[in-house]
Amino acid sequence: MRYALFLGCTVPARQMNYEQSARAVAEALDIEFVDLPFGCCGFPLEPISRVKAFAMAAHNLMMASEEHLDVVTLCSACAETLVKTRWLLSHEENLLRRVNKELNPLGVEYGGEAPRVLHILRVLHDEVGVENIRRRIERPLSGLRVAVHYGCHYMRPSEAYGGFEDPERPRSLDELVEATGAESVDYPGKMDCCGGALLAMSEDVAKEMAAKKLRRLSTLNVDALILICPFCAIMYDRYQSLILEEGRIPVLYYTQLLGLALGLEPDALGLDLNAVSVEDLLAKVM
Amino acid sequence: MIVDVEEIDSRFLRRLKSEFDESYLSCFQCGVCSASCPVIEIEGRFNPRRLVKMARLGLKRLVLSSEYIWLCSMCLLCEERCPQGVRIPEVMTALRNLAVEEGYIPEPMRRIQRILAESGRLYPIDDFTAEERADRGLPEVEAEPEFVKRLAG
Repeated sequence: MRYALFLGCTVPARQMNYEQSARAVAEALDIEFVDLPFGCCGFPLEPISRVKAFAMAAHNLMMASEEHLDVVTLCSACAETLVKTRWLLSHEENLLRRVNKELNPLGVEYGGEAPRVLHILRVLHDEVGVENIRRRIERPLSGLRVAVHYGCHYMRPSEAYGGFEDPERPRSLDELVEATGAESVDYPGKMDCCGGALLAMSEDVAKEMAAKKLRRLSTLNVDALILICPFCAIMYDRYQSLILEEGRIPVLYYTQLLGLALGLEPDALGLDLNAVSVEDLLAKVM
Repeated sequence: MIVDVEEIDSRFLRRLKSEFDESYLSCFQCGVCSASCPVIEIEGRFNPRRLVKMARLGLKRLVLSSEYIWLCSMCLLCEERCPQGVRIPEVMTALRNLAVEEGYIPEPMRRIQRILAESGRLYPIDDFTAEERADRGLPEVEAEPEFVKRLAG
């Protein structure tokens, strides 16, 4: 298994714990990542100009295609932007023309290059396989009760994603958590939006959206909240100290949780960078 | 809201329709979008059903100057549930784009575009970050992707 790793903007600068744990887990599971000189996926620019944003995404798709590699993203917004662009440009001719007009000064033209774009969770679930992961567990996390958070862009828009998962009742993260031996608890608000995409425009609304989930979880006695997107981590991990006075909840990326279960050391998983202390959790599993 | 027919701008409507497949505007005002919206629960004045209606009527000035077109959190739930297949978040994005063309650009958005055009990354890989990456055994990354700078400008 060999993929081009798409880091996006947030992960390599602000969420190195996600990158570190993703690379460590990939190595442990014999997944090879190739680093290409990718740039921004386009998502932050969509509100200004969707045509420019899709041109950026198309440029990235072409870079992967040139190397004959499929793309793996860590960020759900990157996955969605690349997948949506590929899908829209495959059938909206007018949009394709406008995107190519943007690309023209760079001397390139998007001709429908369509490498597969997979979020890392899908690689783990569909390509590595849940059963295979279960067999590789060295440090079963039995006794751990965690809440999973899918966020929005991992499986929506379902039409662009080809409906690989129910857009309102996904299962893959629950199954992958259970493969580690931990229990994925059901809870009200499981499918909430973190509010991250509103942070730049309205910090108050974004914070309140994140607070809804955190306040509920702090009464549910879970050991951790498990995420798969850096925007969600900024809201639930970085902002948590501004939201919860007490009853704080450790927030881990799935790749960190899986890394622990695979027997990797916390240092190799960037756990020192998590904003909310993970000490109690580590004491429980180590 | 009482609609003032003087505010209806058919050129704006044509422009909006040219942004995407016409089905994106085939809304019949059932309100599933607003009922599904996580933002409404917190900011009751945000109302996607109403914004789509205003857009469909061609109320250019009112809709493009509205601060609410910037409050969609892009959770995409309404799009999944819309019985008419209206991709409401995509409509919201198109309205934002047209607002920008008309000069209604919120400062945070102006800043995002400037950062991308100047440095090619939303969050810079400065010396401090590059050093921390190296300490953690993470590979070097393209600090200022040129194509991003050019496309964002």
